[in-house]
Amino acid sequence: MLAALLQQADFVRPDIDWHALAPELTLLAVGALVTLIDVVFLEKGRKISPTIAGLGLLTVLIPIITLAVDGVASNPRQAFAGSDVYVVDGYSLILKALFVLIGYMVVLMSTDYIGEGDYWESEYYGMLISSLLGMVVMASARDLITVFVALELLSIPAYLMATWRKRDIRSNEAGLKYYLNGVFASALMLYGMSLLFGVTGSTVLSEINAGLGDGTASKPIVSLGVVLVIVGFAFKVSAVPFHLWAPDTYEGSPTPVAAFLAVAAKSAGFVALMNLIFVGFWSQNEIYGPALWILAALSMTIGNLTALRQENLVRLMAYSGVAQAGFMLAALSVAGESLDVAQTSVSAVVTYLIIYAAMNLGAFSVILSVSRRTRTAHIRSFNGLFQWSPALAIIMTVFLASLAGIPPMGGWFAKFGVFSALIEADVWWAYVLATLAAVNTVIAFGYYGKLASRMWFEDAPTEFETTPIRLPFALQSALVITATATIAFGVYPGMITHFSDIDVPGVAAAVGG
Amino acid sequence: MYLVQFLILSSVLFCIGVYGVLARRNAVLVLMSIELILNAVNINLIAFGAFNGAAIPAEVFALFIIAVAAAEVGVGLALVLTIYRNSKNIDLHQVDLLKG
Repeated sequence: MLAALLQQADFVRPDIDWHALAPELTLLAVGALVTLIDVVFLEKGRKISPTIAGLGLLTVLIPIITLAVDGVASNPRQAFAGSDVYVVDGYSLILKALFVLIGYMVVLMSTDYIGEGDYWESEYYGMLISSLLGMVVMASARDLITVFVALELLSIPAYLMATWRKRDIRSNEAGLKYYLNGVFASALMLYGMSLLFGVTGSTVLSEINAGLGDGTASKPIVSLGVVLVIVGFAFKVSAVPFHLWAPDTYEGSPTPVAAFLAVAAKSAGFVALMNLIFVGFWSQNEIYGPALWILAALSMTIGNLTALRQENLVRLMAYSGVAQAGFMLAALSVAGESLDVAQTSVSAVVTYLIIYAAMNLGAFSVILSVSRRTRTAHIRSFNGLFQWSPALAIIMTVFLASLAGIPPMGGWFAKFGVFSALIEADVWWAYVLATLAAVNTVIAFGYYGKLASRMWFEDAPTEFETTPIRLPFALQSALVITATATIAFGVYPGMITHFSDIDVPGVAAAVGG
Repeated sequence: MYLVQFLILSSVLFCIGVYGVLARRNAVLVLMSIELILNAVNINLIAFGAFNGAAIPAEVFALFIIAVAAAEVGVGLALVLTIYRNSKNIDLHQVDLLKG
């Protein structure tokens, strides 16, 4: 059989653009180095592995910057000459930079924390970097096989990271729930992909778009395929009704891992959705538009209403993340209306992802800082935080204001982008969604405001010591960087739009609506 | 070409798999049901590949799925084993400490 295959294949290696692949290769080298240090130096390597992981991630920014200087944004490069399976353009480059920076912040948050209670710390960074590699690959993936492999590469290490506290039954449960949901979702997605491959005869997204666009493909099979693929990624971005794993997993896993899942894994899901919609399914607006509309409406409403009655801060952040995912899905649901709307909504989603990363990583860092002392993430532990740790209370207020969308913090600009995409679409269901989003912004004030008033006006609890919290340097840096970014993005949004004002990836642009 | 027969087989396998994931309480049986779905996908891919004359991408895709599924099940069984060590139990309905 192999001989027959080889005869058919007549394989010639395509020219490889090594510069376009440099960020992935650098990341791979850093991951290998961290793992090697762990294996060779064992316990002695534990001290230096976070430093090496952090510095290594910053090194990955160098090839990303050289690619940007090289003008990739206006002149996309194919990593493999003559094929559209792996494309580096302005859109994928900004997302790669975002993923690497998120990884760096998570390393800062994890330093000295993951190893607490006699758990391995150095292997953790190897896992983190392989998961990041999956995300960075996902940003460029324009082929079903690449999308699938990138998805699994980012998920499998994440399952292990969620279970990192292997002797803690709650962490076990978090990991198992994440694993079962994630694997089930990717199985559904694969079934959808196999149907799409069946009707188009290709795994390359641009060829799938051509095959779907000519109208000869069987409509029911195409609909089933597209919907199953979207459902698969709806699990990843924790959109209602596929969100049930998220609060449990975030609560049970170590807090830096929860932050990583809430920010990086969710962004990767959105990146995959955007690749698929704009490159693969562009002509199928009447299928993915309504599907995303329903997911967006449900996620915003149910996410916010459930967040109102949460007693645990990590769960509250999880439901807040579900609601924020709803906002991004809202921008995507109208993207197929025309090329101009697609342009606005790509920029809106990328902007949202950047600001979302800054403010959520920041909020998780504060929760992590306080729970290092209080050993709980119950909402009561934030009572009177201003009296005993004023700096943390002020920083948390910045993040809460940003999450609620109060100017001048970054969050308002993220929401503004979503509303402008919805209004530019100029169809009645977009206006319905915009109204729903506005109502939800008000509901969200409820729980962010309640938390802020607890910090400022309640009396400090007596169960634990209330002397000012002293934080390790890495965690302090994480707080300062995220807080600065959150404020800067809100005061001067031009900083982001300079990067996020990118062309719609792939054929959506070429076909021209 | 008997495409329809292959598709019926794969959709039956897919449905059994989805039912198993949703209805079974034993974590290992859920893992097996997920394998059923993945096998349905592989049958689909190979049948469509032969039918469309695009056998190479279909077979490559199926090989990737087999390889990744093996890695996935490795991690999954490790997770189930950890749970079993800590609670002597792999009944998913009793893994319910986290809720709210």
